[in-house]
Parts: sequence; C-alpha cells; structure tokens
Amino acid sequence: MSAAVATGIAAAQPARLVDVDGVTKCFGTEDDRQICLESCSFGIPRGKLTVLMGPSGCGKTTLINLIAGYELPDRGSVRLEGAPVAGPGSDRLVVFQETTLFPWMTVYGNVAFGCKVKRLSQAAIREKAERILAKVGLYAFRDKYPSQLSGGMQRRTELARALINDPKLMILDEPFRGLDAMTRELMQEFYLKLFEETCLTTLFVTHELEEAIFMADRLVLLTYKPGQVKEILDVDLPRPRHFSMFASKRFFELHDHAMSLLVEESKKAFAAGCTSAFDQIAGARPPAGG
Amino acid sequence: MSSTALELKRSGRALRISAYVRGILSLKTLQGVSTLVAFVALWQAAVSLKVPYLSNLPYPADVWKSFTDTVVTRAYWISWAVSLERIFVSFLVAQVLGIPLGLLMGISRKSKDILFPVFEIVRPIPPIAWIPLAILFWPTEELSIYALTFIGPFFVIVLNVMQGVANIDVSLKRAALSLGAKPGDIFWKIMLPGALPSILTGMTVGIGVAWNVLIAAEMIAGHVGLGRMTWEAYTNGNIPLIMVGMASIGVAGYLCSGVVRIVGQSCMPWRRRS
Repeated sequence: MSAAVATGIAAAQPARLVDVDGVTKCFGTEDDRQICLESCSFGIPRGKLTVLMGPSGCGKTTLINLIAGYELPDRGSVRLEGAPVAGPGSDRLVVFQETTLFPWMTVYGNVAFGCKVKRLSQAAIREKAERILAKVGLYAFRDKYPSQLSGGMQRRTELARALINDPKLMILDEPFRGLDAMTRELMQEFYLKLFEETCLTTLFVTHELEEAIFMADRLVLLTYKPGQVKEILDVDLPRPRHFSMFASKRFFELHDHAMSLLVEESKKAFAAGCTSAFDQIAGARPPAGG
Repeated sequence: MSSTALELKRSGRALRISAYVRGILSLKTLQGVSTLVAFVALWQAAVSLKVPYLSNLPYPADVWKSFTDTVVTRAYWISWAVSLERIFVSFLVAQVLGIPLGLLMGISRKSKDILFPVFEIVRPIPPIAWIPLAILFWPTEELSIYALTFIGPFFVIVLNVMQGVANIDVSLKRAALSLGAKPGDIFWKIMLPGALPSILTGMTVGIGVAWNVLIAAEMIAGHVGLGRMTWEAYTNGNIPLIMVGMASIGVAGYLCSGVVRIVGQSCMPWRRRS
C-alpha cells in the first residue's frame, strides 16, 4: 500500500477542535478488569468529518461517551478547544444508534427542547425551530409524535434537535443503522449536503466501510482490545461527494487498504470470541493471536 | 382549511360512525349476546330442574324483579354514592402520597435504600389483613374504611412508579443532559412523563384493589355502601338482593376502571393510536 494513502498520527494536523490524549478507560471490578481503551490518542480537526471505525468491542461507544462527557477517562484527557471535558453539554451533541427522541413530545417539542431548557423566549424558539424543521423537511410533521414517524423521519428529527443548538461538534453514533437501504442512502446524502454547506465538525461512527469512505475527510481505525488508534487515513476524494465516486479508482484504493486493516482487527475480535468455545473442546488448541 | 381537507375530515367521521354501527351489528357482538342469553337460559334451567347445589338460586326473573324494586329506592343510590365517595377519596389520597414517594424512591438511590426495606416488610401483608387493626386504631368506622381502602392501592402505586422511573431509558436522560437540561427539567420533562405509563398501570391495578378492600371493609365495618347492602341482604336471607348487590359492585368497579383508563389515555396522547 502506498505511503500516500496512509498518513501516520505524527503527521501535521490542522487546527483541532477535540483532542483525545492518551485516554485509558477500564470497566469492571478490581478482580475482573476489562481494559476498554488504552493510551488512545487522536484529534478531531475543525470543520472536518472524522469517521471512527473498528471491530465491535473496540471501544467506539466508550470513546463517544467520553467525548460527550457521559463518562470520564481513567487516565489521559479529552479536551474541547483546549479545555478538559467535564460533563455533557450542548456544544457536543450525540445522535445515538437507537432513537432517543422523547416519545411524549411532538416533533416540535423535541426539536425545541434544547432552546426551552435554555429559557429562550417563546418567539425565538418558534422562529428557530420552524426554520430548522423546514430545513430537514419535517415542518408538516411538527405536531406528530415520534412513534408516528418513519425511521428516516425520526433520524431527521434527531438531527434537527441537535442542530438547533448550533453545536461545535456533532457526534453521530451509527446514526443510520436499522434504516432500509434506500432511506440510508438518502440520509447519507442529506447529512453530506448539510455538512458540505455548514462544515460542521462531525465525528461519525459506523460499521460500514463504504459509508465511512463516502462520508469521511479522515478515517480513524481502532484496534481490538484494548482500543488504540491503528491508523488514520486521509480520504482525499473531492467534495461535494457524489454516489458516482463509489466507482472511482481512488475509492477502491482507500477501500482496499482500510479493509485489509479492518480484517486484521476483526479476526482478532473473532478469535477472542471463539477462545472460550475452543476451551470447551478437550485437546483442541485455542487459536493463536487471540 | 381547504375544502378538500374538510371533505376528507367529514368523510373520515362518516367512516368512523359507520364503523361504529358495523361494530354493534358485527358477528362478535352477536356471539357475545348469544353467550349471555345462553347463560341466563342455563341458569333458569338449573334452578327449575333442581340441579343439586344450584336449586337454592333464585330464578333470573326474581333477581330482575328485586333489581327493579331496588333501583327505585333512595337507599340503593345512597349506597352507590357512599361507596363511590370512599373509593374516590381513598384512591386520590393513595395517588397523592404514593406517586411522589414512588418517584422519590425511583430517582434517589439513597432514599430507596432507606425506605424500601420497611416497605418490603409491610407490602406483602394483604390489605384485608389490616382490617382488625384499622378498626381498633381509627376513632370512627368511617375513618377505618378510608384507611383500609387507601392501603390497597397505595402499595401498588408506589411500586409501579418506582419501577417506572427505574425503567426510563438512560439514553433519554443523557440526551436531555446533552441538550442542556437542568435537574428540574430532567424531573418534569423526562422522569415524570417517562414514568406516566407505569403510573397509569399502577392506577388501573390500584382501583381494582381499592374496590376489593372497600367491599370487605364495608361488610365488616360500615353502615352503608354497596358492600354493606350486599351483606345485609345476606343477613336477611334475601338471595336476589345479594345478587343485585354483587352485580352493582361489578358495574361500579367496571365504571371506575373505565374512568381511570380514559384519564390515562388523555394524559398520554403519544400512546394513542392515530
């Protein structure tokens, strides 16, 4: 693989919005310690779309929780514009895998929530909410409850609920999982368009390599247990992105390279999962490298 | 609203009405009615054929006669009023005290650790087992009845609310925190509405328990009420009136559950089927 594809962590970085610096996070009791992340470091450059990838169990969700401020690192630090993250805040908003819309609020109520708890005036809330609802194409559905919406609409409501607060960082944790293929593509296109218009710094977590390369400026690949940065790829496909790029030569190069790295880590994850099964069979040797 | 929208709305209403009529005339209703008719016919047959153990039952016609005689009396409706008032007051107090207590134990780990053990010891005692103590403890019989009718739904509601709060998805709380919600917002906008379905479940179960305890308490203590009426019919050996009393209690319980359900649905528009 050419050196042009892979750029090391040490390479010069543009101005960073978020610094994840030597973060270690463990779970469990003294006796049964699970090291989830170990000395994990990377940055999220301002105005770029960073995609985080790695096998299941590599600590992606933990990383998100740390950046969002739901949890604190055991060692190391997470800093937003130089200041350590101490708790959740509306400058870093997360759109989760599962919908976290408040079921008892209408679309409007959900979208306006962030403004309401900041005690903005009714008129200001209405103006902002209606503008953003129109932007995500849900103005006509503002009085519906989340349960009355399709999956794609729910995701757009969630995006609107976050965007209304003008966050510095959007964190999308597998936001399009569970959507059908068509809706998923539309949502990818929708978010890309939004991102390319606003250059809103984004951290995007996904399992889909195609999606990752299609969306990303930078692709951060994590290792399996403990989670560390394996490699950071610069995705130099031109913007605005278009679905036709899936067929481009550069896309294939990036895809091949990232895939080989991911397969390596996924194999480790798979083998680790098998170890206990192999232990059950007398005489069978557990797979190497687990 | 445009004219087409109006038309749509009107035709929607017409559809609903015709659906309602069809519902009344449907096969399902027919089945229900025929089962009811068969039940009365079997009852009539059992009494007239002197089936062992059932021959002491009055004829359906006697019960009907007793019913028509009773409903015109003032005493019958006073029984209704008194029982309903007892239910209403006790149930309300149970909610007013039980919901905050349940919320407190659901939200604060510490208060749960302190309060729950006592709760767990007292809770398994069936409400009816409180009757002797309640009668001795409270100065008037009326207060004893209120207290007993309160105890039944109280424990049910506290447990349900506590469980309901505990079951609120942590990601909803996180999302709210991220969006800048303060503790007060979390309580009023997340915890309370999130626990509402459980509160309603607690109320639905609680109202049934309340009627159970009330009837038992009235039979032993009170002077009026539907339970008392039924018990007096027993002491007078008036079997048709016993059955009228039982049916009345059944209808009263059904109506109360209906009210709770309607209140619940109007509190939770997001759960309504559209």
